[in-house]
Amino acid sequence: MADIPEHLLKRAEEAKAKAAAKKAAAAGGAPVGEPVAATPNADAEAAASFAEAEASGKIPAHLLARSSAAKAAKAGAGGGAGEEPAAGGGVALLERPGAGAATPSPAGLAQTGGPALVGPAGHTQRLLTVVKAGSIQDVKSTPIDKVSTWPHLLVGEFVASLLCTAFLLVFSTFVRAPLLAQANYNRTPNPSKAPWYFLGLQELLTMFHPMVAGVTIPGMGIFILILAPYTDRNPSNKPEDRKFAIGLFTIFMMFWAVLVVIGSFFRGPGFNFVMPWNKGIFFDF
Amino acid sequence: MATKMTPQQRMTDIADKTQGSQAWNSIFRPGSIFRKGYSDSPRNRSYVIMNSLLYHLHPVKVKRHAVKVSYTLCLGGLSFFLFILLTITGIFLMFFYRPTEAQAWSDIRNLQTGVAFGMLVRNMHRWGAHLMVLTVFLHMARVFYHGAYKAPREFNWVIGVILLTLTLLLSFTGYLLPWDQLALWAVTVGTNMIGYTPVFGRQTRFVLLGSIEIGTNTLLRWYVLHVLLFPFVIVIFMAIHFWRVRKDGGISGPL
Ligand code: HEM
Repeated sequence: MADIPEHLLKRAEEAKAKAAAKKAAAAGGAPVGEPVAATPNADAEAAASFAEAEASGKIPAHLLARSSAAKAAKAGAGGGAGEEPAAGGGVALLERPGAGAATPSPAGLAQTGGPALVGPAGHTQRLLTVVKAGSIQDVKSTPIDKVSTWPHLLVGEFVASLLCTAFLLVFSTFVRAPLLAQANYNRTPNPSKAPWYFLGLQELLTMFHPMVAGVTIPGMGIFILILAPYTDRNPSNKPEDRKFAIGLFTIFMMFWAVLVVIGSFFRGPGFNFVMPWNKGIFFDF
Repeated sequence: MATKMTPQQRMTDIADKTQGSQAWNSIFRPGSIFRKGYSDSPRNRSYVIMNSLLYHLHPVKVKRHAVKVSYTLCLGGLSFFLFILLTITGIFLMFFYRPTEAQAWSDIRNLQTGVAFGMLVRNMHRWGAHLMVLTVFLHMARVFYHGAYKAPREFNWVIGVILLTLTLLLSFTGYLLPWDQLALWAVTVGTNMIGYTPVFGRQTRFVLLGSIEIGTNTLLRWYVLHVLLFPFVIVIFMAIHFWRVRKDGGISGPL
């Protein structure tokens, strides 16, 4: 089998279309209002209008012409079977002009099982709608400097995950996870500590009523975090414009970090304050 | 006239036949590099993403500054990758662990002494979990310092806060499972605080512990939460999180 690779075929096709478009442009614009037919000329025109549309971000001119031609054909047919509801403005129907007096609408077609709808170049699809860029995805109109995800991003991700695995593997080979004596209800360790990320809360427990330290303050913390994007009305993301927000967040993080460090390393028996270099560390991961 | 093929020709012949077979072509989509081969060109670079599962995670092109390690510091990606590592090591641990008061602790001890790589995998699971809590916190800080939570990304920040909470819950429910003194008393301290929730405090604590005191019921509950419910929920929220990153116009910035 001497198949030509798919990408070569595609490339050849594109080159052909480009050449045709050029020829059409040289021959001068085709007369306006010409019925949409499958002449090579129309194809070239379509290609040109696509290119133009791409540049301007508008609906290609030849599609607009096609849809109005279809509308006219439909109106001429005098309301064929199954009136279409006038749906959203962007809907364009592709109907072949001269496909018989009564161009069936899709609903009518389904009922009658009517004639096979095959378009000019043997196409069986129809254009239902044109979705303008920006209506689905948040697209910035300013051009942005971009690179291909493969290889630029994927290679980075791959290396990062390898390094992460390697680090964890080596660390786990040399440092054992703790496994203390089996749980025993009758022997309360002194001190008893929560996992490190909750030690800030346990630290608060020494200052406030348990409801305040264990429920109110952490609840407020999460609530404040959730509200952050809705309370910060400053649109800039430049550090120099956001000194207040950055300062506040740094204080917030430092507050917890300091509490966690104190709870982890500076609390000994009875959860009393100790200096780790005097009494040792009462902390397990 | 059949000419003899060299081994090399035979190999390429087999490769050609395989790649031309219906089975092969049913597995790889048209345009997949496994069908057409890969040579470096802008078009093929797009095909690598477009014709593979990766298209669910990444667009074909990304902003140039977003690729630099110094922008994201890899922290979101590493949180996700650690989650995958934890899932893999966690499944391994599940083969050797029964969540009952009588068996949990000795199962872990036997895993460490009597199972090939048992100690290593347990260590990886534990340190990986602590590391993930850390990377998620740092990721949050990175996002804040870049102002990346601003419109249109407000809601993804909210999803992020939910992910942070779920990460902590996953870690905390796992903390009980080894059933040693560390586990029992850390969870005692933690759940005593929950008991002070206004109005429903005692009820909440009872539902979480499955009884008035921590015991076998608690182990079973926290086990199910740890290996099934929370992973299930966090995966859903991660999916929404990644989807929103793309729909909100890709990574924020540049600063
Ligand atoms: C399980 C935890 C999490 C995972 C796996 C995760 C994953 C990711 C990933 C892979 C990205 C892409 C950019 C990057 O890597 O920095 C991202 C972006 C983002 N994340 Fe997370 N994340 C998690 C938790 C959080 C948290 C706790 C927050 C905030 C409270 C958050 C808020 C955001 C926001 C706002 C973005 C968009 C950032 C931008 O466009 O620059 N995420 N996340």
